[in-house]
Amino acid sequence: MMQTFLASQFFFNWRRNLSAIIGSAIIAVFIVIVAFGPLMVAQNPYDLTQLNLLDSYKPPAWLPGGDPQYWLGTDGQGRDVLASIIYGTRVSALIGIAAMLCSCLIGTTLGLLAGFYGGRLDAVIMRIADLQLSFPSMLIALFLMSAVGTGIDKVLIALTAVGWVVYARTVRGSTLGEIEKEYVQAARVAGLTNGKIIRRHVLPNVLTPLIVIATVQVGTFILIEASLSFLGVGVPITQPSLGLLIKNGFDVLFSGLWWTSVFPGLMIMAMVFGINLFGDFLRDELNPRLK
Amino acid sequence: MSMDGQTPETLLSVRDLRTWFHTFSGVVKAVNGVSFDLAQGEIMGLVGESGGGKSVVGFSVLGLIDPPGRIEGGEIRLAGEDIAQAPEDRMRKIRGKEIAMIFQDPMTSLNPVHTIGKQMDEMLRLHTDLDEAGRKTRCIEMLESVGISQAEDRLRAYPHQFSGGMRQRVVIAIAMLAHPKLIIADEPTTALDVTIQSQILKLMKRQVAEHGASMILITHDLAVVSEVVDKITVLYCGQVVERGDVRDVISNPSHPYTRGLIDSIPNPDDRQARLKQIPGTVPDIRNLPKGCNFRDRCPRAQARCAEEEPKLTHTRDSLYSACHFPVAAGESA
Amino acid sequence: MFAYTVKRLIQMVVVLWAVSIIVFLMMSFTGDPVFMVIPIDSSEAEIEQARRILGLDRSLPEQYIIFLGNLLQGDFGTSYVFRQPAIDLILERLPATLEIVVVAMVIATTIAIPLGVYAGANPGKPLSRLIMSGSLLGISLPGFWVGMMLIYFLAVEWRIFPSSGRGDTVEVFGVPTSLLTADGWSHVLLPAITLSVGTLAILLRITRAGMMEVTRQDYMKFARAKGVSRRGVLYGHGLRNGLIPVVTIFGLQLGDLIAFATITETIFGWPGMGKLLVDSIYRADRPVIVVYLMLVALIFVVINFLIDILYTMIDPRITVK
Repeated sequence: MMQTFLASQFFFNWRRNLSAIIGSAIIAVFIVIVAFGPLMVAQNPYDLTQLNLLDSYKPPAWLPGGDPQYWLGTDGQGRDVLASIIYGTRVSALIGIAAMLCSCLIGTTLGLLAGFYGGRLDAVIMRIADLQLSFPSMLIALFLMSAVGTGIDKVLIALTAVGWVVYARTVRGSTLGEIEKEYVQAARVAGLTNGKIIRRHVLPNVLTPLIVIATVQVGTFILIEASLSFLGVGVPITQPSLGLLIKNGFDVLFSGLWWTSVFPGLMIMAMVFGINLFGDFLRDELNPRLK
Repeated sequence: MSMDGQTPETLLSVRDLRTWFHTFSGVVKAVNGVSFDLAQGEIMGLVGESGGGKSVVGFSVLGLIDPPGRIEGGEIRLAGEDIAQAPEDRMRKIRGKEIAMIFQDPMTSLNPVHTIGKQMDEMLRLHTDLDEAGRKTRCIEMLESVGISQAEDRLRAYPHQFSGGMRQRVVIAIAMLAHPKLIIADEPTTALDVTIQSQILKLMKRQVAEHGASMILITHDLAVVSEVVDKITVLYCGQVVERGDVRDVISNPSHPYTRGLIDSIPNPDDRQARLKQIPGTVPDIRNLPKGCNFRDRCPRAQARCAEEEPKLTHTRDSLYSACHFPVAAGESA
Repeated sequence: MFAYTVKRLIQMVVVLWAVSIIVFLMMSFTGDPVFMVIPIDSSEAEIEQARRILGLDRSLPEQYIIFLGNLLQGDFGTSYVFRQPAIDLILERLPATLEIVVVAMVIATTIAIPLGVYAGANPGKPLSRLIMSGSLLGISLPGFWVGMMLIYFLAVEWRIFPSSGRGDTVEVFGVPTSLLTADGWSHVLLPAITLSVGTLAILLRITRAGMMEVTRQDYMKFARAKGVSRRGVLYGHGLRNGLIPVVTIFGLQLGDLIAFATITETIFGWPGMGKLLVDSIYRADRPVIVVYLMLVALIFVVINFLIDILYTMIDPRITVK
């Protein structure tokens, strides 16, 4: 399989596309952080026993007053900013990916059902989708979080509630196109159950555009989660989150203590940027019209 | 053919035109050494299979080849002036005024958000000095001359409000507005219903005659061509394989490819069991075989065909053929 | 056209009604509002009384009917925190939010569309690539962080702009606006710029995509065959068609701006309804949250409606049934 991949058109184009390479590299770095984060830094900033209040508000190591032990400085509680960022990134990334998977699963299923069966089911699902789409996802998420309270699981629910729509619509559209095709009718004539037809025949053919949507959505979710946490209605303060870090940094920004908010922000930006770069490349690669 | 007994001047003279496309997967030699002449008032059919380079010839003459394509070499002489490498400014003055083009799909050649009156007016504003009233009059005249009634009202209509055949009439009207000397029609009837095709062709022939213009009719449909043109040039893989007067080419062609094309036209009088087809497919134009491009599909191919590229030579009557073993008169391929 | 308008208006009403149900349901399941109004250690009798006043002793459907009834009369209840009618509180702050939203939209459009047209018409050029990379960065940035960076560098470090609050206001037709004073503008700019970043990036990308799609169309080549210059083809033929998708997105973006204003106003201490919403969420001030949501729903629905109508007017192919 590796051989076929390396010889494929996809890999050929990837190699020659600087943005794609950079995007993939960034994503790779973040995957490493997510997998091995805690091993990369000495301090666990959420273990109170490891914190030393005397080390609070130290600037980054290269500035006067900095401490080489804390590369990017510390926050008000003596937490190593670098360590906090690593831990926060893990949570943000995992939430983004998990929410994307849930949205994808639910959205795709609903889209398949709506497209395949049509009728009332289709009408209901699409009405709800349209209703949701006329409001910004950020607002819906904010509203939901304010109603159900903070917590990582609740963030997941809110993000999924917002994210399923795009899958449902896309898949429904593709499904409507596919069921007109002859191979579906052939399968029906052969006596396959609807479930089998959907799973085995329709589904594989509607998956391609979803790859791009899913990739980009992870980035979107990371941004929404960060915004929610920044407002205090996302991840609870006992858990790491880049949004929370920025929030705490905001309070001291006016005193000139910039490192606690700048670095987490840069981290979010880098993560989402990498995802978008790669997502753009995927979109161009998988677009049948440009061929 | 002359219009009124005078010696016909050569309007367009193309010599060894080569238009190549430099793509990542290789150089596509879409037009690879095409030559032909077109006299004033003549209608020439440019025939070949889809993808054979016919449209590229048309775009090359108009200088509308965009990168990665380029006119690598050859001459395109319009009334004596070589425009193959002419600068964009010069080409812009030529387009529409000296040479007009009709595209295949009238649905997509007209801008959907502009009225047809606006699109016709644009043509006149670019190439004439008429004032607004004068332009409007001309547009109405033109629409009526292509068979569109209630022309004045129609000026305010949008393209999608017309049927396919009517749209193509509008496109023809636009092409004729500035009284061009040469019209290049790229598959003008392919996108239309069979019943309308004949009407449109007749209209075009009439317009061309009325204006004393010449026309290159690009098509893959030999049946279409024979009604309208004076002479035919047959293209295969970017090269001319046969040319001659229409009667000779249609009734008794000397190149096996042309033979194949003629034979594959279904003939309702000939009650054969099967339709004839040219076997095989067009070769990959990035990787043309040595020798004659047609040899893999040719029933007459011999050893020489794989070694030597045939040159265009006179075979008989008005026919010029690029074949080592041309088909004799009365012989079947 | 008339029938279509009526149909859309009815749809609008249905949507608003659906939103009212959802809002109501969510609000009834989020904690007990009784203790917002009376102290925790009140006696049973006092609690009962408070319940009755708030209508909490009725069944859910009944409560909804009352809720709806009040809504239609413009009575959204009294803020638990401010002890004023919630609707007044929100409407007071609406102009401030609209100010930064409008300025942000203007900034985004005036920069995004020209750049997008250029990038779409000249895709290979290095400047275009730079523009596209920039726009990609734009959609990857967390908006609130951008605001903070702007505050830090421009307000705290270099002191060019004030770091928070709204500037001097002037009354125009009874509505206070800060856009008529220099001081007002110095306060508006940073929040508006922060808001505009995401929208700018998206509008730019959509414009570019639209223009690229358009340049591939046959009618562009046909226009060139007529003798129209490259520029003439681009602006005369391409632009009108290419901007159609932009118009659709425009409406959605306006909605997004109002949503993101919540965070931006919080950062900049801008006295708009977004900040009020966030504060109300913290303080569980239900009536205010309800007003905000209903008002914002109304705004979105109206925007979408207007965009739909606009759309039928600019694309002659769209026929209205």
